[in-house]
Amino acid sequence: MVGSAHEELEQGLARVMNATSISQLQRLSGGASRETWRFTADGEGFVLQRVRPGTIGGFQVEPKVLAAAHGAGVPVAELVVDGAERTELKSPFMIVRAVEGETIARKILRDDRFGTARSALTRQLGMAAAQLHQIDATSIPGLVADDQMNRYQSVLRDLGEPHPVFEAAFRWLHLNKPESTSACLVHGDYRLGNIMVNEQGLAAILDWELAHIGDPMEDLGWLCVRAWRFGGAFPAAGLGTYDELFDAYESVTGVRPDPDVVRWWETLGTVKWGIICISQAATHLSGIVRSHELAAIGRRVCENEYDLIELLTEGTR
Amino acid sequence: MTAPHDRPTAAELLEALHEWMERDLLPGVDGRLQFHTRVAINMVDIVRRELELGPDQEVRHEEVLVSFGMNDDAELAAAIRDGSFDSHLVEVLNRLRPVVEDKVRVANPRYLR
Repeated sequence: MVGSAHEELEQGLARVMNATSISQLQRLSGGASRETWRFTADGEGFVLQRVRPGTIGGFQVEPKVLAAAHGAGVPVAELVVDGAERTELKSPFMIVRAVEGETIARKILRDDRFGTARSALTRQLGMAAAQLHQIDATSIPGLVADDQMNRYQSVLRDLGEPHPVFEAAFRWLHLNKPESTSACLVHGDYRLGNIMVNEQGLAAILDWELAHIGDPMEDLGWLCVRAWRFGGAFPAAGLGTYDELFDAYESVTGVRPDPDVVRWWETLGTVKWGIICISQAATHLSGIVRSHELAAIGRRVCENEYDLIELLTEGTR
Repeated sequence: MTAPHDRPTAAELLEALHEWMERDLLPGVDGRLQFHTRVAINMVDIVRRELELGPDQEVRHEEVLVSFGMNDDAELAAAIRDGSFDSHLVEVLNRLRPVVEDKVRVANPRYLR
């Protein structure tokens, strides 16, 4: 990117950071509603996340969650500026200190240089989840409870596509819903792809925008959904067994996760990802964003139907 | 080959497209474009497999619906949602298994265990 928008952002960042020099400003990625930029301020690296101009909402809760997580010793990027209410960069934003490492799941799972990291990661992920679940959720203003099961059931209904396997899974989920043990801070997207890994292992947990109040086992179940194993042979992030994950969790909380409850959440997570796949294809089909990548995701829906049948019929064939 | 068309068949055309994308297009691109090219090659393969396997799969899908006494997936989905199958959900899922496996066999056959 060249020209005035870029320079304007540099000038805005200089004011926000109270820095004499902003350099190496570089766009990293863009989701539908936010932009991520990396930059250097007076020689130190930072990451800016900004609501894409014209998009509603953003950053009301996430910076506060991030600050609470950092305070609790969870590995996260350190919050430097909470820009939820600030106007220097035209739309709400937050700035964190840059963390070095790799986020691409396939590299983490396969590259030689992450061998040591792979042997540590399941334990680190179990412990970090336990730490974040111990944060007092009532200390974070704006954090709301989210009923994932009913939410995604109505998303499926609104999409209007018939999926008998998802309907059967929802019936099973309703009939087998565990008593929620506690309502606490849940990351909401705790998985490979949303973590920064260096050669020692877990460097930072990223992407807190879906944080909410819920059952802590949601995060463990989601971590084990087959899509987030990225081809790895084991359930926990493709790398570790359930027992390794639960051991690590228990070492922090003193309470061992109930495997049946985690499995319930893994099942809901599998339905959820299947429904998100339908939504992504629908984004293309309806013309909101024409994209062959989104279109192709529509044909991943059946992977989740397949996984659900495996999960729910185990040992009955 | 489907009359009245000439060779190459639809499948052969897609095969040629796959070969060109993999041999000539892919080595010259990287980053996001390389990923998007791989996605495109995958899509070509999905259509190839659907052309080959689709007709038999349609028959199997129909048979499974009939076994439930349903006319289409929408009817079956609605009956499951209403709780009509609550007492034997596992049996329902086992009976749907071949239909779902067929879909995976077209979309991503390596995914099958």
